[in-house]
Amino acid sequence: MSDREKEIEKKEEKEIKKETEKKEEKEIKKEVKKDTAEEKKASSSSSEREKDAQEEEEAAPLPNQDKLDKLVALFKGQVSEDAVVDAYINELDHHVPVVTVHSDHLLACAAILLSDEQLKLNYLRNVSGVDYETHLEVVYQFVSMELKHHYVIKVKTDRDQPVVPSLTSLWKTADWNEREIYDLLGITFTGHPNMKRIMMPDDWVGHPLRKDYEAADPEV
Amino acid sequence: MSIRTEELLVNVGPQHPSTHGVFRLVVKLDGEVITEATPVIGYLHRGTEKLAENLSYTQIIPYTDRMDYLSAMTNNYVLCHAVETLMKLEIPEKAEYLRVIVMELNRVASHLVWWGTYLLDIGAMSPFLYAFRDREKIVELFNELCGARLTYFYMRVGGVKWDAPPGWIDKVKEFIPYMRKQIEEYEKLVTGNEIFLSRVKDIGKYDSQTAINYGLSGVNLRSTGIDWDLRKQEPYSLYEQFDFDVPTSTDGDCFARYRLRIEEMKQSLSIVEQAVAQFPEEGKIMAKVPRVIRPPAGEVYSRIESPRGEIGCHIVSKGKAEPYRLKFRRPSFVNLQILPELLIGETMTNLVTIFGGIDIVLGEVDC
Amino acid sequence: MDNMIEQLSIGSVSLVTLATAALLLIVLVFVTYGIYFERKVIGWIQLRQGPNRTGPFGLLQTVADVFKLLIKEDTIPNNADKTVFKLGPIISFIPAFVVLAVIPYTENLYFANLNVGLLYYVALSGISTIGILMGGWASNNKYALLGGMRSVAQMISYEIPLVISMVGVILMTGSLNMIQIVEGQAGGFWSWNIFPQIVAFGIFIIAAVAELNRTPFDLPEAESELIAGYHVEYSGFRFAFYMLSEYVYIYAIAGLTTVLFLGGWHAPFAFLSFIPGLIWFIIKFCSIVFFLFWIRATMPRLRVDHLMGLGWKVLLPLSLVNIFVTAIVLELLK
Repeated sequence: MSDREKEIEKKEEKEIKKETEKKEEKEIKKEVKKDTAEEKKASSSSSEREKDAQEEEEAAPLPNQDKLDKLVALFKGQVSEDAVVDAYINELDHHVPVVTVHSDHLLACAAILLSDEQLKLNYLRNVSGVDYETHLEVVYQFVSMELKHHYVIKVKTDRDQPVVPSLTSLWKTADWNEREIYDLLGITFTGHPNMKRIMMPDDWVGHPLRKDYEAADPEV
Repeated sequence: MSIRTEELLVNVGPQHPSTHGVFRLVVKLDGEVITEATPVIGYLHRGTEKLAENLSYTQIIPYTDRMDYLSAMTNNYVLCHAVETLMKLEIPEKAEYLRVIVMELNRVASHLVWWGTYLLDIGAMSPFLYAFRDREKIVELFNELCGARLTYFYMRVGGVKWDAPPGWIDKVKEFIPYMRKQIEEYEKLVTGNEIFLSRVKDIGKYDSQTAINYGLSGVNLRSTGIDWDLRKQEPYSLYEQFDFDVPTSTDGDCFARYRLRIEEMKQSLSIVEQAVAQFPEEGKIMAKVPRVIRPPAGEVYSRIESPRGEIGCHIVSKGKAEPYRLKFRRPSFVNLQILPELLIGETMTNLVTIFGGIDIVLGEVDC
Repeated sequence: MDNMIEQLSIGSVSLVTLATAALLLIVLVFVTYGIYFERKVIGWIQLRQGPNRTGPFGLLQTVADVFKLLIKEDTIPNNADKTVFKLGPIISFIPAFVVLAVIPYTENLYFANLNVGLLYYVALSGISTIGILMGGWASNNKYALLGGMRSVAQMISYEIPLVISMVGVILMTGSLNMIQIVEGQAGGFWSWNIFPQIVAFGIFIIAAVAELNRTPFDLPEAESELIAGYHVEYSGFRFAFYMLSEYVYIYAIAGLTTVLFLGGWHAPFAFLSFIPGLIWFIIKFCSIVFFLFWIRATMPRLRVDHLMGLGWKVLLPLSLVNIFVTAIVLELLK
């Protein structure tokens, strides 16, 4: 496996060299790099983020910044001071406000999302699970059909003992989505009525979407 | 003397004519009345999301063809659109026109297959063949455009692969009035049929609250009176330029969903008509894209309106040529969740009606 | 007693056997080409060609199909009730064939001139239901059981309006003898029973289609729900027997409709009576068969509860009213 990865990396390097030879593509690459830099800013940790935010507020506030601030204040005020782990605007994705919530407070925060008069996020459009190798993350995409705005809520969880409260009691959409994440990434959703595998057979070993998952047959 | 009665446990599927693929429904029957229904899926799970983590973005596109194989064009688009959003690419106008034309034609083709198979489920044989005759015309148009009939692999990040061959736009222009006439004929044949109406009216009813709570999208949501079509609500591509309606109904039953799909075909034809009328003959079909696509690090969730509802693509990129994590929000998968609730207390006959009315594609459910 | 033995001489027995064999042959030819015709008609309605490869114009397609069924492995599910499983197709087929005896084709061409011909038909055709139930039950398959149950419920519900709709015709003729029923309709198409008994004709046709288990009443087989219903576990020749009995019933029902309502072998106009009666019979017979195929290609399938509702709440009262009206009108016209 590792040899193969090395090979792939080598190939990539070659490709990069080829690219750099072309002038036109160079320009694009520069743009791409710029974007990456911006993105790095956006996704950096909360302490740095606050600094950045202060700087940016002085310069030009991002669109939706007020929405994000309101939501963070709401969570901190109504749920708990440490409910919010991180908050930023995802500029690449239509400037959607993203709030990372502590998994202990997820249910309380979600209840606010659903009931708050100014949020009314009644539609859970997607739930994804991501394996970041250091931790696992569940990403919830919310939208309000009345107020036509969207928010993203994230929850981080430990890789060895991944547990996240289930949102099935609030949005039934979460049911199969959470089962799929349990099946493919191994995150257990507490309070889920039917926490069973959905895609793989019931006796399957391992969770295929984990980055360190070893296929039963390495040839596949 | 009392007669001993038992609940009957019936496996509907995975091999069953009305499950439209390898879908299994474990049904408990009391006589012919369903007391419990448990869907079992995963028979067609190919691990597209896992495979994608080792593929370049262009290589993933053919995999999307195989998800919702009845509307591969919209699947192509959602992935390309996600990557383009990440890269902030400007798509040439001509490419966008071609994309809209093929996506809307594909919507018509997809709804035609639904129409035919739904009536086959209900027991009418002929509409199936009529629907396939007209779908064939669309498929032939696609074949001429990109050389494939089902798995098109037509769109690329930054545009489309092939320009419209000479005369193709004229063929599309000819097709529109033909299809309109056919739809009218279909309505005469089926929509007024008493038996058909008695089979679909007031069957599989749910209200808008339930629909939202279950995250239903597409026609399943609009049949409860909610005006939610991503082409209007969150316009992508060129949809803002076109004049079209989003048909809704407040009945929330199978007949409402039937009517909306017929109506959507007409609206799609009107979009195609406008698009071919404005179609720019000159222009590029691909934006300037590096040969190896490396979107910047970041996260994006792009969503569009597929014939079955909101299809979404959630990409987590780390700036490499392969996505770090790729997740598809498949409308069929989400829409199917409501099925067990709808089936309680219904008969075997209504099972087929309700299940068909949701309109799922198994390739997409299992992904 | 002596009289009977005298009648059953070797000569008469062999004659009856020969005639029966001839009828069986005719029926088999009808079924073969009935299926071919059905596939062609439905094919044309559905913009297809229908069978056109085996033999000229595909004429040998059904022969090939039957041959395939004959040489196919005969499978019986392990947990099936084997005796009943084997008996089912036979019990289903025999009455279908036996009822044909009383159908008169012309005033001279018939097999049995029973004075209770109609009653005989109704009584025997009811037995087929048992064959279907046996097949559905013995297969030890849930879909087959559901199909068998549906079939019994449906056939019993529709047999009643079917029989009662015939009573109007019987009242008008004053006989249960099929030949006399046809004789009563002589003299141009206006004296056919279809016109005075138009309500009965409608009920009869609907109930007949339901009796035949054909679209839109093909719930026992409903391939989209029950896959194939009662014969889902049958293969090879046992399956062929079920199909055969279905098509023989088409033959029987088409013949019965012609006799009861369409004036049998009588020409619609006196000046057309130079054409032999048998030809007229065949023309009427074929139009009924075509009609059955036509609706199969057009209609969706009914739902079980609607089907029962239609049978008990609409057709039965209507056929009863029809009897009363017929009786009153006949009394007044006396």
